[in-house]
Amino acid sequence: MTYTKLASASAIVLAATTLSTKANAEDLTLCWAAWDPANALVELSKEFEAESGHTMNFEFVPWPNFADRMLNELNSGGKLCDLLIGDSQWIGGGAENGHYVKLNDFFDAEGISMDDFAPATVYAYSTWPKGTPNYYALPAMGDANGWFYRKDWFENPEIQAAYKEATGQDLREPESQKELLQIAQFFQGREIDGKTVYGAAIFTERGSEGITMGVTGALYPWGFKYENTPGSYDMEGAVNSPEAVEALEFYKEFYETATPPGYTNSYMGESLDAFKSGQVAMAMNWFAFFPGLYADPNTGGDKIDFFVNPPQNQAGSTLGGQGISVVSYSDKQDAALEYIKWFAQPEVQAKWWELGGYSAHNSVLEDPGFVDSQPFAGDFLEAMAGVQDFWQEPAYAELLLAMQKRIHDYVVADQGTAQEALNLLIEDWTEVFEDEGKL
Amino acid sequence: MSDRTVDRVAQATPERVARKIRGLSDRAIAWIFISPTIFLLLAINIFPLIWTIQLSFTNYKANRIGREVKDVGLRNYERILTDSDTWLNMQATAHFLFWTIFFQVLIGFTLAWLINKKFKGNDLWTTIIVLPMMLSPAVVGNFWKFLYQPQIGLFNYIVSWFTGKDPSSFEMLGSVTLAPWAIVIVDTWMWTPFVMLICLAGLRSIPDYIYEAAEIDRASKLRQFFTITIPMVLPFLMLAVLFRGIENFKMFDLVVQLTGGGPGSVTELTSINLKREAFEKWRTGYASAYAIILFVTVFGLASIYVKALNKVKQR
Repeated sequence: MTYTKLASASAIVLAATTLSTKANAEDLTLCWAAWDPANALVELSKEFEAESGHTMNFEFVPWPNFADRMLNELNSGGKLCDLLIGDSQWIGGGAENGHYVKLNDFFDAEGISMDDFAPATVYAYSTWPKGTPNYYALPAMGDANGWFYRKDWFENPEIQAAYKEATGQDLREPESQKELLQIAQFFQGREIDGKTVYGAAIFTERGSEGITMGVTGALYPWGFKYENTPGSYDMEGAVNSPEAVEALEFYKEFYETATPPGYTNSYMGESLDAFKSGQVAMAMNWFAFFPGLYADPNTGGDKIDFFVNPPQNQAGSTLGGQGISVVSYSDKQDAALEYIKWFAQPEVQAKWWELGGYSAHNSVLEDPGFVDSQPFAGDFLEAMAGVQDFWQEPAYAELLLAMQKRIHDYVVADQGTAQEALNLLIEDWTEVFEDEGKL
Repeated sequence: MSDRTVDRVAQATPERVARKIRGLSDRAIAWIFISPTIFLLLAINIFPLIWTIQLSFTNYKANRIGREVKDVGLRNYERILTDSDTWLNMQATAHFLFWTIFFQVLIGFTLAWLINKKFKGNDLWTTIIVLPMMLSPAVVGNFWKFLYQPQIGLFNYIVSWFTGKDPSSFEMLGSVTLAPWAIVIVDTWMWTPFVMLICLAGLRSIPDYIYEAAEIDRASKLRQFFTITIPMVLPFLMLAVLFRGIENFKMFDLVVQLTGGGPGSVTELTSINLKREAFEKWRTGYASAYAIILFVTVFGLASIYVKALNKVKQR
């Protein structure tokens, strides 16, 4: 009789627990760009599903349409995404337009400290206004624009001798932007293994953000600044400084003399294709792609190596990467916050890096074995120490499209001078900030 | 009892309904029938148009819901019309419009004239020629992007075969001078069959006895062509020009796939710029003013053209 009662009680408790878990279980949708790290996140999130009972769904949009699709979703108050890994530049709009949930109280309640994450990523991915302790995202994916090259070509004695003869220098990973161009020009049109190859694949895409992300890779090392004084929007003399003009002319020269024919509208995909097909000696792209490149059976492994964007007047890399935010229009904010709490755990972050995601957690980055854990890990750390980002203003899309136009007009369409392009850019940006009431 | 249709319908109407209708005038019944259409027209066309006009005088941004909407008067219109980039977009659109219509009419009419001759395999050739216009513009854009690829593209190799130039020495989509022609070529390839079909309908509508009469009068083939064929096909041809003109004025998908408006902004047609302003920059007020300017332009040009078309028809 006692056994029967005990068994019945256990069954009731078990049933109640099961029912309660099922009642709280949610179908969460996480939105992000469709790329390699997204697949790693799907794998990682299986643990969250097992632990929480929630089901994770994913909405991954190809990069060229990512901003369009997701910003439209946010602007229309859509409920598609409960969690969004949005680009760093969206943080201002996300915060000011009320698209993202402010996470400060949640972080305090759950003991999540932003001091546990790399400061550059917290600044870029989480805070608005910039640098203030107002958090709208948890750093999810550290990233920067870096370079990779054909190590087997660089180590080929014949090619090394030819380079020495042509330039008087040793062929090595470039240590300055000008050396980078020199190496790219050396490879341009060269015959290697019976095939004509080219210098480097760089970003020239017009429609979304491509050429801006590429050209800032030259502008930042030359010392480009958006404003003379941060927060003042005084751009005259900063945006069109002599250094900025020189950097822009450099990028145009790079495009004209060291890229494959037809590279007039190229971004991430084209850069990867050019490298994997053996067309180019070097290519720029986001660190996020490096695990996949290293694993490539044809051009990865021993044939590839990586380097950080070379300095010129100073070190500087273009920031990529994203933070993860809870969408304020979601009806499942509690479950979404649960996901963020789970994701912030050091052991989950370690696994994230292991699977191919770029953790921004100090416990991962400061681990003694981190630098040697991947051939590009050290470069990643170095890059993240010198990253700069584009405007993160709520009107960032207008600012970005203006830059896309002015830079593409000059670099690819060969219209006007670098000085004129940057002067016109200041005019465009001034108009935007006037409309915004900031000037 | 009469068996006229109207009587049969009247008898079939239920008494309850018939009683109600009997009290209504013909005009009232007509209004009942057309009111759903009018309502839909107002809701879908007229209301958005009026709202767009109203927005065009404001600084409204659709992505900034809480932001104060200010009346800016004619500032949006002034900014658009005094912006040199607007006129560059207009020039790019005019270039695209003129040359696509020119080539489509020329080639379309020639093809129709040839197809109209009775020969073996006539139907097969007609089917083959109209295939491009059955494809989606997105597919055509991607397809031609590969054809224009300087290193592997078939187009470059064909040009190279004829000219002896290195295939990778020119870039159809990347060159400022060639890109505007590249989009003209693709649109012409895709839409010439449409013009051909309209011309063919025109050619087949010319009664044979007119040519027979001309033969009796010993009119030469050339004279028959200019005094019979051309004048009788002209209304059809003008209709084709109207359709293609309106379509190409708002051309978007094909060009976005091919060039994205580049290089620089040389193929940035007005519709591409409008989309960027409205849904990428989210300057809704500004974009509304831009849309109104384009609407007035198309409407004005189309009205003048339709008047000319009616005159030709009356001749």
